Amino acid sequence: MTALMQEPGAGIEPVAATSNRGGFFLTLLKDRKSAAFGLALILFFVLLAVVAPLISPYSPTAESCGTGPSAVFAPISVHHWLGCDDGGIDMLSELMQGGRISLIVGFAATLVAMVLGGGVGILSGYFGGWADVTLMRITDYLLVIPDLVFAMVIADIWGPSLLHVILVIGILEWTSTARVIRAQVMSVKQRVYIKRTSALGAGHTRIITRHILPQVGPLLIANTVLTIAIAIYLETALAFLNLEDPTVTTWGTILEHAFNRGAVSSGAWWAIVPDGICIALVCVGCFLLGQAIEDALNPRLKIAHLSLTRWKIRTLAGREADAI
Amino acid sequence: MRRADYVIKRAFFALVTIFVAITLNFFLFRVLPGSAVTALPRTASMGPAVKHALTVEFGLDQPKWQQYLIYLRELVHGNMGLSYVNQQPVSHLLLTDLKNTIPMVTVGTLLSIVVGVFTGVLAAWRRGSIADHISTNTAVFTYAFPTQWLGLMLLILLSRHLPTNGMTWPDAGSFYTENFWQHLGDVGEHMVMPALTLLLTAYGSYTLIVRTSVLETLGEDYVLTARAKGLPVRRIVWRHAVRNALLPMVTLIALDFGYIVGGALLVEVIFSWPGIGLAMENAVLQRDYPMLQGGFLILTVSVILLNFASDLIYFRLDPRISE
Repeated sequence: MTALMQEPGAGIEPVAATSNRGGFFLTLLKDRKSAAFGLALILFFVLLAVVAPLISPYSPTAESCGTGPSAVFAPISVHHWLGCDDGGIDMLSELMQGGRISLIVGFAATLVAMVLGGGVGILSGYFGGWADVTLMRITDYLLVIPDLVFAMVIADIWGPSLLHVILVIGILEWTSTARVIRAQVMSVKQRVYIKRTSALGAGHTRIITRHILPQVGPLLIANTVLTIAIAIYLETALAFLNLEDPTVTTWGTILEHAFNRGAVSSGAWWAIVPDGICIALVCVGCFLLGQAIEDALNPRLKIAHLSLTRWKIRTLAGREADAI
Repeated sequence: MRRADYVIKRAFFALVTIFVAITLNFFLFRVLPGSAVTALPRTASMGPAVKHALTVEFGLDQPKWQQYLIYLRELVHGNMGLSYVNQQPVSHLLLTDLKNTIPMVTVGTLLSIVVGVFTGVLAAWRRGSIADHISTNTAVFTYAFPTQWLGLMLLILLSRHLPTNGMTWPDAGSFYTENFWQHLGDVGEHMVMPALTLLLTAYGSYTLIVRTSVLETLGEDYVLTARAKGLPVRRIVWRHAVRNALLPMVTLIALDFGYIVGGALLVEVIFSWPGIGLAMENAVLQRDYPMLQGGFLILTVSVILLNFASDLIYFRLDPRISE
């Protein structure tokens, strides 16, 4: 199996025009409805997260539903559009605050993953040799280890904190990006203009930053978008397993609280349903945008391998088609 | 010769990966700052006698490399240490848990494969139809929802009709002795919701992969030939297109084991299924490091072995890959 995934991004064609990469994304958004829709979903939640403190109806920590038994899982009302949680906190305000932190974790963890994955991919693909062999071996091993279990162990040893969760997710999710970028870099490196630049006396740093990086840029962005979804998803899982800082509110801890504090037995669906829908919408937005970018980069690729799972898949047929 | 080479290469990779996992396990728990050993005094349930016994048994007063050798030696003998909570051998506890996990995960995974293949083939066969849109969009959305959310939804919807936690009714053993079939029915009843959650989590990616993969084979020349021969459409789809389209499916399932293990972990926590995932979660809550370490090792090794098994299956299905 692993033999099959040796070079997952091998067939991906570098973008033709480097000069107007902004043009590439504009055309993409115009031509593909799914890309525009995905981007709109993501932007909506980002915007909501930014303005949350301004438009949030109550404080996300204040017991705005009152105190006493009637406030516990108070149902949806005119004053509390999404009801209240077990502590009498307004769910809508909590959801907005949770979105802020969840998106921060998602973006920050993805940044860590992209720096690591992009770095490893470029080094490995550009320099080849023993560096390539070592880095790709490490990637192979990391790919096989079940990541939620691994994340659980590291997060538990380090202790629960937001920073730890970000780092854990970041250092687990770079592997697939590294593979795709490596394959792309290896193909770009063979191009004549790179050899020409090198013959003109450009150093490695210049070639990488001025010529390689712009070529792998869109692919890196596609990966970034898709990794954001995975990072958010992993954050909710870690929070659900009590490995998130107990003092912060994220979309993950909202689910964890609902589960551990009897939202199900109280029939308080409003403490659970909206939260899951928010997570799913952000993730679908990322899938759609990421997959659209990938499709645009390589229309010949029959099976979209980036967005389905974090594992990269290419069919035999796809490989043969690319080999021709 | 080449065939043997391939098998040996994959076996070697599996072995090295297991070794890496073991080493990683040692490193995470013993070498990193704030690791399990320094955390010993934090564990309330540990008496000084137990601590001393553990220190001697695992050579915690010795240098790290010697500890590593001792760790390897003990592991070879199946010794993963004692649980801090009840002082039982970890390997024994975890094997019992593993026996509970395996049936649930197997049923859930098989169900998701069956549902994924059927919805995927349907979507490809009736491409562009309402059936296609419904099954593709449902697949994308179930895939996007977190596992624990899907589990909670099932709890809300079905908790009046089905048992919501554990693997058997608590009084099954004590008030009356169940015979085999009663026990099976009992476990089966408890398994419905966990397996269903696993199904919902996993099947979406299978649907999408099967759909694209069948679409691809439907365009092949041999499908055209089959048509020209006048074979019925049903037969062409299932016998000619789907059979070939299932190859990438094997790859996907194999690569998905890690994901399934993660999903199973969450499912076990939600439904209190007494498996290895629940054991690990309890270990986190009770700061029971040997259990956490053992669970991590067993799950990782299982995934590596399953990957190796699927390598062999794939090789059997498609000998071309050794070339």
